[in-house]
Amino acid sequence: MKPDEPTNVNESTEANTLSRADFLVTAGKSALLIGIGAAGAASWNSLTSRLAQRKLTPLQEYPSKTWYSMSIDIAACIGCGKCVEACCAENDVPPEFFRTWIERYRVKTNGDVLIDSPNGGKDGPGEDDVPDDQILKSFFVPKLCNQCDDSPCTRACPVGATFLTPEGAVIVDYDYCIGCGYCIQACPYGSRFFNPKKNTADKCTLCYHRITKGKLPACVEVCPVKARIFGNLADPNSEISKFNRDNAVMALKPHLKTGAKVVYKGVTKEVV
Amino acid sequence: MYSLLFNPVSLFAQSTSFVFPNERHGLTWGILIVLYPYITGLVAGAFILASLVRVFNTEAVRPVYRLALLTALAFLVCATMPLLGHLGHPERALEIMMTPHVTSAMAIFGFVYAWYLMAVLLLEVYFDYRWDMVLASQRSKPFMKFVYTIFTLGVKDISPKALAFDDRAERFLSVIGIPSAVLLHGYVGFIFGSLAGNPWWSSVLMPVIFLCSAIVSGIAMVFIVYMVTTWFRRQRIDMMCANAIGRILMFALIFDLTLETLDVVHRMYEAGEWVDILRLLSSGYLYYTIFLVQFFLGGIVPLITLALMQAVKMTDAVKMRYYFLMAVLVEVGVFAMRWNVVIGGQLSSKSFKGLTTFRLEMIGKESLMTFLIILTLPFVILFFLTKLLPPWGGHSDESSDLPSGSTPVVGVPVA
Repeated sequence: MKPDEPTNVNESTEANTLSRADFLVTAGKSALLIGIGAAGAASWNSLTSRLAQRKLTPLQEYPSKTWYSMSIDIAACIGCGKCVEACCAENDVPPEFFRTWIERYRVKTNGDVLIDSPNGGKDGPGEDDVPDDQILKSFFVPKLCNQCDDSPCTRACPVGATFLTPEGAVIVDYDYCIGCGYCIQACPYGSRFFNPKKNTADKCTLCYHRITKGKLPACVEVCPVKARIFGNLADPNSEISKFNRDNAVMALKPHLKTGAKVVYKGVTKEVV
Repeated sequence: MYSLLFNPVSLFAQSTSFVFPNERHGLTWGILIVLYPYITGLVAGAFILASLVRVFNTEAVRPVYRLALLTALAFLVCATMPLLGHLGHPERALEIMMTPHVTSAMAIFGFVYAWYLMAVLLLEVYFDYRWDMVLASQRSKPFMKFVYTIFTLGVKDISPKALAFDDRAERFLSVIGIPSAVLLHGYVGFIFGSLAGNPWWSSVLMPVIFLCSAIVSGIAMVFIVYMVTTWFRRQRIDMMCANAIGRILMFALIFDLTLETLDVVHRMYEAGEWVDILRLLSSGYLYYTIFLVQFFLGGIVPLITLALMQAVKMTDAVKMRYYFLMAVLVEVGVFAMRWNVVIGGQLSSKSFKGLTTFRLEMIGKESLMTFLIILTLPFVILFFLTKLLPPWGGHSDESSDLPSGSTPVVGVPVA
């Protein structure tokens, strides 16, 4: 059996050699593929990183280069009411009226929905009058004028005293408003009110006097938890554009086709 | 419908009520805005009754032709008052006409109003009374002579040719007047019906319902004024005329009631997102004003009574009492309809989760007092108008052989 052994060895060597050749070919092919892959991946990476660095151009046409709006992160809001307080102080809002307010939603385990907004949420959340074990979930929804692009209120105004500014904010000309209240009736969100001091309609202006000077709206500035994101929708790199892009956001009462710019992240069926 | 009619159970059993914080201060539009469509409705209705004589030659109602015109005029003069009283800045009211905002339904009001007052009603009254005014200017004492001369605008030609022209002009104005009256009041309905944010208002039927109820209320108002003035003047009521108005009122009521019922049934059957709040609204707050006053007392009762009066024989005196009562009921019913639209439409919060509250102040800018003053004013104006331009006699005089339409031989004050 001994003389045969080398043969066997040879045979096995030959088999090994063959497999090595095969291996080399395979390895070569693999290396080539990996190389191409790596090169591709590298170029893809560089492409995507370059894309990431490149300034995005807006997909949507906006009427002007500054098209301001606000987005609301419902999950972030803690209902502290600082925004309401700041708004009232900044804009000289008459007592018991609100340009912005916070609604508290409490969904009970039996399905009931409790909604309240004591003093517009200015003094923080209302009384904790439901036992914890009966509450399934609760959250706060800050509300303000939704700054509609095709707003029912501007359409309704008989003298054009309320209008959409080139910055995207809907504001009221208090020196021109006749105080008929038609815009208040037309607003489906309850955002407008009749100002008893001015005898005109009044509403959130997105702090027009501040944003046109490059400042933030008062409510945004004081929010401790970044529940309100303000910015320029026409700039795809702005914080608000990124927020609206990256999150599932929705306008309120979308079926009314008001073109509301203010959108909400985390809005549920309970929200009115 | 069953639960709507017989089970006024609160929706609050399932969830708490919630109104937006800005809605807690009461309603934006109060009782004066209820009065506004009521008054314009009376104008449109009274004019349409007058037009029946001119355009459709309904001779039976000729005795109230001039009275209907003057009633329309008296109410039209007051039509803007509720609006002015309600505005936050009445001194800026003219901006609606100076700088109207073209997309606003309300901006057109000034023009519709001005057109109707200046181009239709005043001109029609002018042509109808020119002959009388010329005569009056010749017979009156100096001061009234001056007044009547101004009224004639200096045109003192009363030749048959001139009078024939008056008559043609008047007929032409009546033809224009009908679509104008329809526009005036259909438009008021549009102001409410075109607001998508308020489901109680947002309906294409709204202008049509407003118009039908306007016709009903206008006819009933002229009827009431005719009966009251005739009683005060101790004259006999023309029963041909009364029966004709009664029949016209009945037919108008059929249309009106059918459409209003269709509206309510449609809303309830459609059952959109607002159905809960609407059910709550119509079963609680508005149960009496809608079903009892608007539909039952203001619609079904007068309709059945007027229909029965066509069949049952009764003396003229009894008939007149019934006519008077039914006309008053119709007025109350139509006013309730305006109330249910204007106040009812604001009682629901825009959250559809709760009801707002209506508060009526007794004294103040938009109060019961202002309401009563503005509601009384047209009657005062009408009283003076009938003194100045007496609408009696005239056309029903059989002795008349002057061109039809402008013939009161008696009645012009010669004082």
